[in-house]
Amino acid sequence: MTTLDAPRHDILDTTASSDNYLTHSRGFLSWALTLDHKRIGVMYLIAVLGSFLVGGIFALLLRTELLTPGRTFVDADTYNQFFTLHGAIMVFLVIIPSIPAALGNFVLPIMLGAKDVAFPRLNLFSFYLWVGGALFTLYSLAVGGFDTGWTFYTPYSTTTTTGGVVPVLIGVFILGFSSIFTGLNFIVTVHKLRPPGMIWFKMPLFLWAIYSTAIIQVLATPVLAITLCLLIVERTLNIGIFNPSMGGDPVLYQHFFWFYSHPAVYIMIVPAMGIISEIIAVHSHRHIFGYRFIAFSSIAIAMFSFIVWGHHMFISGQSGLMNTIFSLISFSVAIPSAVKTFNWTMTLYKGTISLTAPMMYGLSFLFLFTIGGLTGLHCATLNTDVHLHDTYFVVAHFHYVMMGSALIGMIGGLHHWWPKMTGRMYHEGTAITACIIIFIGFNLTFFTQFMLGSQGMPRRYYDYQPEFQIYHVISTIGAYTMAVGFVITAVCFAQSLMSGRRAPANPWGGRSLEWQCASPPPHDNFATTPTVGDCYNFTAVIWDEKQQGYIVDRTLDPDMPHSTGAKPGGHS
Amino acid sequence: MSQITAERDPHLHGGADADSGHAHSGEHAKYSFLAHHFDSPAQQFDSAKLGMWLFLATEVLFFGALFVGYAVLRSRFPEVFSYASHYLDTTMGGINTGVLIVSSLTMALGVYFAQRGRKLALIICLWLTMAGAAGFLVIKYFEYSHKIHAHLVWGPTFYIPPHNEFGNEEATALAHAPTPAPAAVGVPVHSAVAAVGPLGTAPMVDASVIKPASVGPTGLSAAAVDHRLAGGGDIIPYEMPSAHLEDPNMPPNTHLFFSIYYAMTGLHGIHVVVGMFVIGMLIHRATRGDFGPNYYTPVDLVGLYWHIVDLVWIFLFPLFYLIH
Amino acid sequence: MSQPNQPSHATDVAAGHPLVGHLVGIKTLVTTASALLFLTIVTVIVRYIDIGEFNIWVAIGIAVIKAGLVATFFMHLKWDRPFNVLVFMGCSLFVILMMAFCVLDTSQYRATQYTGNATLVQETLDAHAPGAPITQKRTEINP
Ligand SMILES: [Cu+2]
Repeated sequence: MTTLDAPRHDILDTTASSDNYLTHSRGFLSWALTLDHKRIGVMYLIAVLGSFLVGGIFALLLRTELLTPGRTFVDADTYNQFFTLHGAIMVFLVIIPSIPAALGNFVLPIMLGAKDVAFPRLNLFSFYLWVGGALFTLYSLAVGGFDTGWTFYTPYSTTTTTGGVVPVLIGVFILGFSSIFTGLNFIVTVHKLRPPGMIWFKMPLFLWAIYSTAIIQVLATPVLAITLCLLIVERTLNIGIFNPSMGGDPVLYQHFFWFYSHPAVYIMIVPAMGIISEIIAVHSHRHIFGYRFIAFSSIAIAMFSFIVWGHHMFISGQSGLMNTIFSLISFSVAIPSAVKTFNWTMTLYKGTISLTAPMMYGLSFLFLFTIGGLTGLHCATLNTDVHLHDTYFVVAHFHYVMMGSALIGMIGGLHHWWPKMTGRMYHEGTAITACIIIFIGFNLTFFTQFMLGSQGMPRRYYDYQPEFQIYHVISTIGAYTMAVGFVITAVCFAQSLMSGRRAPANPWGGRSLEWQCASPPPHDNFATTPTVGDCYNFTAVIWDEKQQGYIVDRTLDPDMPHSTGAKPGGHS
Repeated sequence: MSQITAERDPHLHGGADADSGHAHSGEHAKYSFLAHHFDSPAQQFDSAKLGMWLFLATEVLFFGALFVGYAVLRSRFPEVFSYASHYLDTTMGGINTGVLIVSSLTMALGVYFAQRGRKLALIICLWLTMAGAAGFLVIKYFEYSHKIHAHLVWGPTFYIPPHNEFGNEEATALAHAPTPAPAAVGVPVHSAVAAVGPLGTAPMVDASVIKPASVGPTGLSAAAVDHRLAGGGDIIPYEMPSAHLEDPNMPPNTHLFFSIYYAMTGLHGIHVVVGMFVIGMLIHRATRGDFGPNYYTPVDLVGLYWHIVDLVWIFLFPLFYLIH
Repeated sequence: MSQPNQPSHATDVAAGHPLVGHLVGIKTLVTTASALLFLTIVTVIVRYIDIGEFNIWVAIGIAVIKAGLVATFFMHLKWDRPFNVLVFMGCSLFVILMMAFCVLDTSQYRATQYTGNATLVQETLDAHAPGAPITQKRTEINP
């Protein structure tokens, strides 16, 4: 099958044997029952991308409905279901599992130099939990859908007559456990399966990010799970804990919900930050600037994320004292985020930047995340938020973070590791074009929404004043532009799968361990436990014309333990 | 043998700072239970333990949110909690605490015997633990059924008087409300609530609605008369159906105590059931002879799970049954 | 600091000693269980002594001690890896944190709720923002 007769000069184990994880065994069951983290990652990827398509279609539908004030093509109740489905699918089925479960599953053990994650069966189980959760969500559509918004706020969610509320709550509950088990698996893997030499501060930053994310997944998701349980019994058995007419407290529901859902924002964004750390360093061929700062800022974000949830509740009736406290702490999250952004920018500075497709997504991320992050400060400011709360400003802000940063990061990562996952290169020009189209479309869609929101257009409204129409039209045009970009990306990937050039082991010049095994990786990742160097030291990474890829020339590397005069700790 | 002694210490191998990769080529041949992606039994054991502890962390937060709900409700309605707590049976709760502690002990002993490779003792301990779990559930069943019989339940049903032999309502908490459905469990009751008054002034919040309980359309309920004749005190024992409805001192929102009580003990009960299931699987495997000094990880992990179930109950017991 | 794992060789080395993990003796376990049962009785008795608002804190204190005993001895945490201890302490800390924030918030709630004054709101709007959408809507509905 393979073609790469890799010249085995002094490179680290680039086993380009014919046996890789895709061809290791055949048949449906060999995939459905696989314990191989790579196959599970690929299955997640397909599932997540499929859900992304569905969620995206709902986004287009609701944007289309908003083209004109009043009815455009559906009635208000259907519109309510559109945005609810868009939100719920994108959050719970797409963004949360996208990077950790799909890309993380594939890359994490290889980056560590491990054979698999710590609990392969649990890994497969959490994939099927995801499938189960998705099926329940589908089922909820069949029995009447739900129009609660993805936040399921009480008392509306306990009184609405749409029939699909309980099934979707069960679905999200199950998805939560899928997420928990993935996080649990990754924490144990990072702790226990690191090879000799891979100390914490030699781990690629993507692993730090995934690790921080896993902490959040494990600690925050159970709270969502129990909240949804309470909501289900509230709706079916009427226990009244969240019901104000029965002495219960709907604000308590919001506390519970946001105790999970604010950290969940970091479940979405922190792994994307990890991907960006990889992309920026590898594609500018320069040692990442401030490794430890980026690593610790991931942990800091994870920790801070647990004590800022109240900034979603400034006008919910939350007390003034807590509003003040939450507002203050929310500002502090800006610090680790800014630390990362500055470090990425410093990495670019004087780097040898290759404008590859992943790098284009990386640069898009920097731009969009800066806007998304800074507008977050507006929303965290108490008195400003009274005006901005529940307007399109907030919608724009979190789309800049959740889509513009998290999803763009994910797609960037997909482009980055695509050759590794499939063993095929894609057409660079097409991918870059798609990226630019998506970037333009994205800003058209959501920058206008900042203007809409600051002028007072509330979110989730079916109808609006005529003077807002121009913004809505631009926004809808942007949405369709983005759709075009994504279709081009899909075509690009399809073309790559069918007739793409064979990928070398190391197409971008990366130094972390996943670039040292063949593309696609063999079943066991590494024949022998690999030796670990500084994964951001690119001095020994040189272009090899014959392979059309990069190789690591150990003689050029001052850090490798095998060369004479080894120095400990390569990074300053 | 000396090699095994060296392997015994997990801190020497598979450690947090990665010294586990040293040519453990023989390990897989030696230990059939060793998975292919682990280098040594110690690494595998440590991973399993860490995984289990992380799972327990999720359990702690799972219950933790309910404890937060409890704290919020109790801080808002302290009078409800000190009043309603007396409807719970401290004796049964206390016995159940003892049962769980003893079953925790037998579980811990089970781990010990598994480590020592004493199969029969392990199996006996597991059966004893299973018996403890079952005993706990039986006692819990009696508690629940008494309370449900007395309408000491969650939600509006709490205020719905049972029907006497003539088919009339025995008490009149909601006498002026239009026919509340007796089996309100599972039925949306918002209509009944809304019919009484606007949101925020629902009957259960307004103590004045509840007070004239004993003079309904059928006069004093038979049970209440019996109780008064028998010289019942201020606190009416739970055996009497709907005793709380006869009590003029019942604070508003008392039903919330039972909402959170059923939520927390119910979730705990579900965990006990799951515990019985996994202990059952352990018994099966132990009988088959899977466990010994080399490999007892499942026993250890189930033990951890069982202890956390015990641990949660240790908090539930004083928080619900022992409110002064 | 990692606790050196020292199995009690002196007593147990002959019979099958575990390959991994720590062996906690029967005596320790039984003592722990006895302490737990004893504390259960104590906590029941304390309930009947009126010490005002301290009742709940005493009850919680005893429960925390009991939980500590279970975790330390039954769950082998005393001999376990420090990180596992950290996991357990950490997640408990998050629960306490969440509880503190939520209780702090709800304790500030006003005892009474204002029903609002729609007429006053409307008059204020008419006076200060006659062109505001809300007034237009109202005139549409009630001309
Ligand atoms: Cu937030």
